[in-house]
Amino acid sequence: MKPLYWIPLLPLLGFVLNGAVALASSSRRARRGEGGERLPYGERLFHGIVGVGSVGAATVLAFGALVPWSEQAFAGRALPVVETAFTWMFAGDFSVAVAFRLDALSALMLSFVTFVGTLIHLYSVGYMQEEEGYGRYFAFLNLFMFAMLTLVLGANLPVLFIGWEGVGLCSYLLIGYYYDKDFAAAAGKKAFVVNRVGDVGFVLGIFGVLALFGTTDFSFLEAAKQQVLSGSAPLSVYAVCLLLFLGACGKSAQVPLYVWLPDAMAGPTPVSALIHAATMVTAGVYLVARTSALFVLAPDALTLVAWVGAGTAVFAASIGLAQNDIKKVLAYSTVSQLGYMFLACGVGAFAAGMFHVFTHSFFKACLFLGSGSVIHALHHEQDMRKMGGLAPRLPQTFRTMLIATLAIAGIVPFAGFFSKDQILGSVAAGGHPALYVVGVATAAMTAFYMFRLIRMTFAGEFRGTHEQEHHLHESPATMTVPLWILAAGSVLSGFIWVPMGVSNLLPRFLAPALAEMPEHHMSHGAELGLMALSLGAALAGIALAVRWYTGRPAPEHAAHRPAEEIVVSPAAAAFCGKTGLLGALVKNKWNVDEGIEAGVLGPFRGIGRVLWKGVDALVIDGIANASAFLVELAGDLLRFFTTGNVRNYALGFTLGALVLVAYVLFF
Amino acid sequence: MSPLPGIAPMSVPPAAFLAAGTILFVIGLIGALLKRNALSIFLSIELMMNAVNLLFLTWGRMRGDASSHVIVFFVIAIAAAEAAVGLAVFVALFRARQTIEVDRVNLLKW
Repeated sequence: MKPLYWIPLLPLLGFVLNGAVALASSSRRARRGEGGERLPYGERLFHGIVGVGSVGAATVLAFGALVPWSEQAFAGRALPVVETAFTWMFAGDFSVAVAFRLDALSALMLSFVTFVGTLIHLYSVGYMQEEEGYGRYFAFLNLFMFAMLTLVLGANLPVLFIGWEGVGLCSYLLIGYYYDKDFAAAAGKKAFVVNRVGDVGFVLGIFGVLALFGTTDFSFLEAAKQQVLSGSAPLSVYAVCLLLFLGACGKSAQVPLYVWLPDAMAGPTPVSALIHAATMVTAGVYLVARTSALFVLAPDALTLVAWVGAGTAVFAASIGLAQNDIKKVLAYSTVSQLGYMFLACGVGAFAAGMFHVFTHSFFKACLFLGSGSVIHALHHEQDMRKMGGLAPRLPQTFRTMLIATLAIAGIVPFAGFFSKDQILGSVAAGGHPALYVVGVATAAMTAFYMFRLIRMTFAGEFRGTHEQEHHLHESPATMTVPLWILAAGSVLSGFIWVPMGVSNLLPRFLAPALAEMPEHHMSHGAELGLMALSLGAALAGIALAVRWYTGRPAPEHAAHRPAEEIVVSPAAAAFCGKTGLLGALVKNKWNVDEGIEAGVLGPFRGIGRVLWKGVDALVIDGIANASAFLVELAGDLLRFFTTGNVRNYALGFTLGALVLVAYVLFF
Repeated sequence: MSPLPGIAPMSVPPAAFLAAGTILFVIGLIGALLKRNALSIFLSIELMMNAVNLLFLTWGRMRGDASSHVIVFFVIAIAAAEAAVGLAVFVALFRARQTIEVDRVNLLKW
């Protein structure tokens, strides 16, 4: 087998090549005073081949490694493969190696990260072709793949952390891709800073693992499974779990650290699809699943995970109900679906959580790329109120997005149905009725806002300008082919785990890598009932959205309605409009950003002000100024000894000599 | 009193030499502090140096140590050099200010 470390290294190579060529090209263009137009064909071809090729080659390598391994695994004969590249650092008996690990969990992550990653690279070839920063874009995207693959394959927490920080950096770079726009630069900064809050927890968690087990290699999980702790205080296990979960919350956008993800939509749409929907944001779920052996030792920490997940799911879904920016809807939907994944982990159904990570990566990537296709067709229009009637104009985009929407809404037999049902089933079986109700409510809301998106975008009449209507076009093949492949994934990826024992490939595959939890069995009748309930909730949401969002102006109101409400029926306006407390809160995203501004940033600014005006200006500067003043004062007084008269000096000498003599004689 | 071999015993007691040297030194010191004429101060300083020379020689004799002679020769040599520099300074000073009264040469102050 090829060494595993070539899998992340190839995209890194792509990053170096793309970066070097892009830098040389941009400095040449700057010298010539050119700029603002698309790159010459040769350069675009180079970046496309290197960008897609390096990731494609990594995908081939990855599948070459994981397919044989998985066959072994299904035969029950595969052990985790660990390949050590070199020792990174050591001190005493502590050492960290740059090592990569292939086991069931990393194999699952590897499969969709490389697969979806390649498709999105391919899509970007078409989507980004008008951009001047084409080379920079592919360099960063390659760098992201390197970091993400390091994160997935890392065999110990520090290597995972390198990948973790690397994807954070690339996320920052790509959110701020349009760095000449203030909101994009600010969004990148926000993502970076909010992630730091979580990363503090993660780093402390790594130290905690080291303190508990004496190693950060994932072999500590085996020790945790046998509950072999060197300093086994349960409280410290809780602390480590909570710290790791804080890190996961930052990366995976959970309440209260979710605020960066909606703003991250300032980046190019394929970036939103790859980083902020399909792969990077699932890293937190991966972390929790990876350290599941530790989490099961701290059941109360798991309960917190479940509640944070459920809370995030319903909270983000409620905001998604009233967004008018097509990407913002998808962003809140992502936050909400990530909440589902944590909900699953929280009730101990780690496999179900990873299942949702897997299916979500297909349908959410498909949705984002579809929205990108719409935005591309409309020349960067993202406001759904100015869309409408696009179904006949963008048939491929419409069909693929509809498939993905059915998947995320949880309609049988699309992938989202199976993974969501598995989560809700585990929640119900685990005996958490309150969490179950929240989950079903979220499912209904998800179905509603997703079909609201479909209706506002594709149904009815076109509401944009004539100019836009004239230029409407279906996207090129490099964009529609990935859409169709992802749409196919949105249908098929659910069949690896069909309930009631029809297919349980995934849980069987993942079992050795996850902590064992007591299984709760339900009767087939109860299972069918729960399925019918969640399906019914989804269908209700869809029905409401289809009924409310006709895509046509309500005739009796059309004349004097503000543009914002023109697409919705009066009932929808009453619910999602600005009237009413709930509507206003949802519209303003529950005022969370303002709350953080006032509740967190305000006090910090206050502290900063005290430190600046009080400590720095008064104390620190005061000390410096006071010492200067004392020296000046002393000089002012002592200078009168310099009389200018030699005889005074001679007297001084004499007295000094007398003192010295007296000292020698008498002391 | 244990003179070195070949050196005659002192007929005048050493205390007399010490007293003479100390008196000369104090006279020179008072002169150096109180006189205003640079030349007088200068002469007073020469007096102090010679008083010190006398004391050195006396103590050397009392301890039977010849190294005091070496020091005295150095002092004499340096005093000669100092006299040359000092007198040159006074000449230059007089040319500039038409006076060598030190109380009137006090511009460099505060």
